[in-house]
Amino acid sequence: MTDNRFDFRLYMLQRLSALLMVPFVLVHLGVMIYAIRGGLSAAEILGRTQGSLAWFAFYGTFVVAVSVHTALGLRAILGEWAGLRGKARDGLSVVIALMLLALGARAIWAVTMGGSL
Amino acid sequence: MSQPVVPSRTRADGEKLSVTLERGGPDGASYRQTFDVPAYDKQTVLDVVSWIQQNADPSVSYRFACRVGMCGSCAMMVNGVPRWTCRTHVSKVAKGGAMELAPLRNLPVIKDLVTDMDAFFDKWGAAEARHHPSQTRDDPIAAIDPDSPERQIADAAIECINCAVCYAACDTVAGDPDYLGPAALQRAWTLYNDAKEADPEAVLDAVTAKGGCHSCHSIGSCTAYCPNALDPVSAIAGLKRASAKRFFGARKR
Repeated sequence: MTDNRFDFRLYMLQRLSALLMVPFVLVHLGVMIYAIRGGLSAAEILGRTQGSLAWFAFYGTFVVAVSVHTALGLRAILGEWAGLRGKARDGLSVVIALMLLALGARAIWAVTMGGSL
Repeated sequence: MSQPVVPSRTRADGEKLSVTLERGGPDGASYRQTFDVPAYDKQTVLDVVSWIQQNADPSVSYRFACRVGMCGSCAMMVNGVPRWTCRTHVSKVAKGGAMELAPLRNLPVIKDLVTDMDAFFDKWGAAEARHHPSQTRDDPIAAIDPDSPERQIADAAIECINCAVCYAACDTVAGDPDYLGPAALQRAWTLYNDAKEADPEAVLDAVTAKGGCHSCHSIGSCTAYCPNALDPVSAIAGLKRASAKRFFGARKR
């Protein structure tokens, strides 16, 4: 599992996921501010997002990027601050990534697809 | 017995410095011992340690050689900060006439102020920070333009004296025993940019392995504390850039 370039590949993955998140975060913040300006209700928001493949793809990709990026950042902290090494650190990081992915996926499913099925 | 060191310009006010040394070896618990040392003008931290060893306690162990900031032997923690002691004036670092000296951080202690620097030097090897010759001794000497941008980058870190101040200052080294550290990575960056280096890709291979340049968090203590005013954090950023470019297919030459 830990070939010589493994850590470097994770480094690139973390940078690329950060790159991906820049527009996501900007659009997310922009839409949030825009959506509440006129006092949109939760029901009105859900009415626009449910059944929308575009929002599903947007936030779906966002959640994947967040899960990968956060888990990799925490992996470094687990190593340097908690002293975890090897499989303990990698295993815990994978668990964190999967937890974030599950939480995010559940929310996205509820907001975009859940109501329409 | 060697002659005691008598400071030539002892201060007229007879002022004393209170100097606390962290002492002990790897087996015994470390302890602190305080010495009163006569203060004199233009006194360096290394002068203080030498005075203690030659006049107060001959069992104090420390390391030095050149005394002029070239050999990189005498680095210690001075009031918690890594410094080259031979070129650090007491007047700049003493606080209220007191000073605390300890062995360099991030390295195992052999005894008193002497650390085992093997890990530090082994990591230079692990960073492939050695010249791979591109020619033999029978070839004519290659002409290198000292003003070329590449040579300027290679020259930037050429004055590193391997004193391990950056290594002691680095919080990433403290947290990650695999991390190669600023000095080794900076040397690798120098070699990578050296026109006479035959295998820059091998250097990049070494610094992108586990514990390589990507472990750096760009905290910048290396650059802040380097006694020669070198800039390892920028050198490491250069390695990160080069390795990211290579990830997308770019090759140096």
